[in-house]
Amino acid sequence: MNQDWIMALFGGGLIGIAVSLMLLWNGRVTGISGIINGTLTPQKGDTAWRLYFIGGLVLGGLALSAVYADTFSGALDGEIWTVIPAGLLVGFGTILGSGCTSGHGVCGISRMSPRSLVATVIFMAAGIATVTILRQLGGL
Amino acid sequence: MKQRYMKNKLAALGVGFIFAIGLGLSGMTQPRKVVGFLDLFGAWDPTLIFVMIGAIAVHFLTYRWIRKKDAPWFSESWHVPTKKEITPALIFGSVLFGMGWGLAGYCPGPAITSLASLDSRPALFVASMLAGMFLFKLADKKMKFQK
Repeated sequence: MNQDWIMALFGGGLIGIAVSLMLLWNGRVTGISGIINGTLTPQKGDTAWRLYFIGGLVLGGLALSAVYADTFSGALDGEIWTVIPAGLLVGFGTILGSGCTSGHGVCGISRMSPRSLVATVIFMAAGIATVTILRQLGGL
Repeated sequence: MKQRYMKNKLAALGVGFIFAIGLGLSGMTQPRKVVGFLDLFGAWDPTLIFVMIGAIAVHFLTYRWIRKKDAPWFSESWHVPTKKEITPALIFGSVLFGMGWGLAGYCPGPAITSLASLDSRPALFVASMLAGMFLFKLADKKMKFQK
């Protein structure tokens, strides 16, 4: 029996609540790549909240993994070094493209931003193309 | 002012915490599941589309309600992007991001959340992601990207 989609829908709803609270409380978009990037060039009065948010993500991961065994299951089988070019691409690409799955995919689409709609379609297509090519090369 | 700033930080902490629980429950912190979702022409696993549906369904409604207020609770003003132009930087950056996402199965939020696993993969990914952001700053100084 596969009820994964119910978990996905529920988890997505929680993400929707989280980004709503960020907007209601701090007036901000929860764009995670942008929040991380802001810590690299610290501005007075605009850095601490970013570190608290990042800390919250890690604490949430710790808390959930204590009660839900599948939290961090499903690591990829391939060589570990592939995460290096992947991380470089994600870091460089999200800042050049002004956002990632959270900022464009959730927050941007929810407010019907044309830039975020375009970005989301493109990064999804690029992700699908990459996985398809990896499969052809026998890397999956 | 000072007190408001403290609330600001605790709010961010709470939002991060709830966000991470949502990511973990939904399967976004399982790279194999993410790659399966992107494997449209192979063994496609559509589950993760429900994460976006759930998140957008909630925020589509709350966004309109929240923006009717004069100001957020713990800040003087809104900090919501207003840009409209579709720029080459937006397109090219999104291509690069999608490639990295497909390669490792991590986007920024789940990668940071997965640091809690103490595994070396997410740690190495996050270090590389920070390096990529730093490289962007260097490249931007020379090339002045119009974002």
